[in-house]
Amino acid sequence: MSEIILTPKEQPTVPLEAANIRPDVFAGKTLDEIKELDIMYGNAIVKLGEFFEVAGESSELPKITIDGDVYNTKRIGQGMTDGEIHIKGNVNKYVGLEMKGGIITVEGDADAWAGQDMEGGELVIMGNAGDYVGSAYRGDWRGMSGGLITVHGNVGNEIAEYMGGGKIVVKGNVNTMPGIHMNSGVLIIEGNVVARTGGEMAGGTIVVKGVIEEFLPGFKYLGVEKNIEVEGEVIPGAFYKFEGDLAIKGAKGTIYAAVAGNGHIAP
Amino acid sequence: MEKIIKNGMVYDPLNNIDGEKKDICIKDGKIVDSVSDDAEVIDASGKIVMPGGVDPHTHIAGAKVNVGRMYRPEDSKKDVEACGADGKRCGSGFSVPSTFMTGYRYAQMGYTTAMEAAMPPLLARHTHEEFHDTPILDHAAFPLFGNNWFVMEYLKDKDIDSCAAYASWLLKATKGYTIKIVNPGGTEAWGWGGNVHGINDPTPYFDVTPAEIIKGLAEVNEKLQLPHSIHLHCNDLGHPGNYETTLASFDLPKGIKANPATGARDTVLYATHVQFHSYGGNSWRDVVSAATEVTDYINKNDHIVFDVGQVTLDETTTMTADGPFEFDLHTLNGLKWANCDVEMETGSGVVPCIYAAKAPVSAMQWAVGMELFLLTKDAGKVCLTTDSPNAGPFTRYPRVIAWLMSNQYRNDMLDEKLHSWAHRKTSIAAIDREYSLSEIAQITRSTPAKVLGLSDTKGHLGVGADADISIYDLNPETTDLTKDYMAIEAAFEKASLVLKDGETAVMDGNVVNTALRGRTYWVNTQVEKSLYDEVLADVEMKFKKYYSVNFQNYPVQEEYINKSAPIKGVML
Repeated sequence: MSEIILTPKEQPTVPLEAANIRPDVFAGKTLDEIKELDIMYGNAIVKLGEFFEVAGESSELPKITIDGDVYNTKRIGQGMTDGEIHIKGNVNKYVGLEMKGGIITVEGDADAWAGQDMEGGELVIMGNAGDYVGSAYRGDWRGMSGGLITVHGNVGNEIAEYMGGGKIVVKGNVNTMPGIHMNSGVLIIEGNVVARTGGEMAGGTIVVKGVIEEFLPGFKYLGVEKNIEVEGEVIPGAFYKFEGDLAIKGAKGTIYAAVAGNGHIAP
Repeated sequence: MEKIIKNGMVYDPLNNIDGEKKDICIKDGKIVDSVSDDAEVIDASGKIVMPGGVDPHTHIAGAKVNVGRMYRPEDSKKDVEACGADGKRCGSGFSVPSTFMTGYRYAQMGYTTAMEAAMPPLLARHTHEEFHDTPILDHAAFPLFGNNWFVMEYLKDKDIDSCAAYASWLLKATKGYTIKIVNPGGTEAWGWGGNVHGINDPTPYFDVTPAEIIKGLAEVNEKLQLPHSIHLHCNDLGHPGNYETTLASFDLPKGIKANPATGARDTVLYATHVQFHSYGGNSWRDVVSAATEVTDYINKNDHIVFDVGQVTLDETTTMTADGPFEFDLHTLNGLKWANCDVEMETGSGVVPCIYAAKAPVSAMQWAVGMELFLLTKDAGKVCLTTDSPNAGPFTRYPRVIAWLMSNQYRNDMLDEKLHSWAHRKTSIAAIDREYSLSEIAQITRSTPAKVLGLSDTKGHLGVGADADISIYDLNPETTDLTKDYMAIEAAFEKASLVLKDGETAVMDGNVVNTALRGRTYWVNTQVEKSLYDEVLADVEMKFKKYYSVNFQNYPVQEEYINKSAPIKGVML
């Protein structure tokens, strides 16, 4: 597969917004055409070539490799439908926003709103991610509807907010309110959660393999289940099963919390 | 400055001009008999010419509109416009556009006047501040009276004169235009966690009924000789079976004589968004349209003008001073709810709403709106509104016009888009009436201008009118409007040329003069001095006791108004 390599020249103090860094936008474009694509620099429109060296070989659907740290570049891969982006460093907010297909891999950390309103495809973050991973747009009650997000490190607050489908896997620890207002889909947390897991969730499944420090009172305890099956995948171990959040009328959300370490939240 | 519009097909119902080719002469912002040879010539060959559009009921400025903007970033995101080189301001918002964008979008459609239909008196200053930033449009704001503690106390004591003196002061203090009544007694009852049901259900503590409030304020209105009649949002909005309350409310001011000091209004009741008030049945399961009953009443009675509140089948934001209704809606659709109580005056609520064509209730509501337009025989009694943004944003007016002018458009909607409740619960499928361009000019221009009491200068193209003129690139001689309904929608969406007070505001659908600012109409009534002083002393005392602001700080000064246009009323 041919590849386009973007090497960041410098990351300015004012953030860049590079929604045009997408395989399906680069598709069929020459290197010069790619350099001429618009990106936002604060409130000004500038050319991609001003902030990135562009090399490699163009093709119908090139892989995009960002060979460096883009810690102050937002919206990479926004709305992409196909292809692959590989980011070798850190990335700023909104990576994989509204993504519909393809794959994005971030070797470093991602800031907030990774995979917001995601509909399909795969987003892999090898480092940590900020708040609102796989969330809805501010104010909206319709969030992520499909696709897979995997964060290998830790994440911040309110991840999977208003999640309506798809799957999020966090290998590390989570701050407060994962799965808040969640309606559907699967959230798997392998590490610990500080507090308020599944607050006001109406549907969907949250699995916590680590320790939930502080649990919400609005969940009904259903007993212990072993080797649980979540959407076709068997997760080994024993889990307390809860249903809620009863603060929401007719809520049917499920939380599985590992028996090991969570004795303090069992009734 | 002189201009002449030549060769256009002119639709000017107030002057009985129906599509005739006629030249329109303009001098110094007014329409005149003739102009000199130096006049700038505007060629309108093959195009239609109408007075500037007048929206008698919309929500474009003030506190609850701003809540709608602030708490719906997801609505702002849907429609974003960048700024332009010529001073055009950026903006955002699909159902609740920001102020500048509101002015531009109305003007692009050929509208030059729009009335903010619900102003909490205490928040008048904010409303006028938003008017400052809403370009091009002439405007006015309607202060809310129907749940006001002073009003309810005067009416309980049957003291119409004191109530009129208070209303006179409040209109002056808020720089307001008319007596707006929203769910009379109901919003006050909401302060106690309840609502009123029907016109004879007394509101808690004050113990006055909606009927007493409506009738009393209608008397006050004519006593003050206001340009507009009372502007009524009936009780029981949006409830199945509410048409009986609607018809009973319509009957209350009947027999009172229209008595405006200015303008040509001859009606005493303006009923707003009647679509939301025309339902039969007992529940959402057996709900049916009652548009036939409602239009029968309207066709037989001459004291009433109404607007429809047409559902446009969009995701929008509802906002009203009808606090209990908004809570009902929130419990029905489960979407986020904002609620506010405005001290001794009113309350309000805001809830998003998705009118999906495939949803049974939305489809029925669409058809009820259409029935109201099409079954009302006289286009001099009905105004086009979507109660923007409640039943849909004002930017959909061109689509509503196209629905009204093309039976085929409506049938295509019924066949392909709408849930079967649209024809099962209403009579829409049996109606094949199509509005003429002249009738469209009535419901969007002359009828609202006349009922607002502004038809001396608005809503027509006769000598002496303000030169608010819209030209649309639509030729009824060469276009089959029934078949090519998209051409209607496209033409009314982007006017070919719009003049505001004779200045070019829009050209080829684009705003070209962003510096234009409209007038603010308000009513400056005179009341017999001793009565006025007596009432004001009472008001001042109650301010000290109950209000969070000082009596002296409450009124909006005239200097605060950008282009103040007071209209006189009298009461002696």
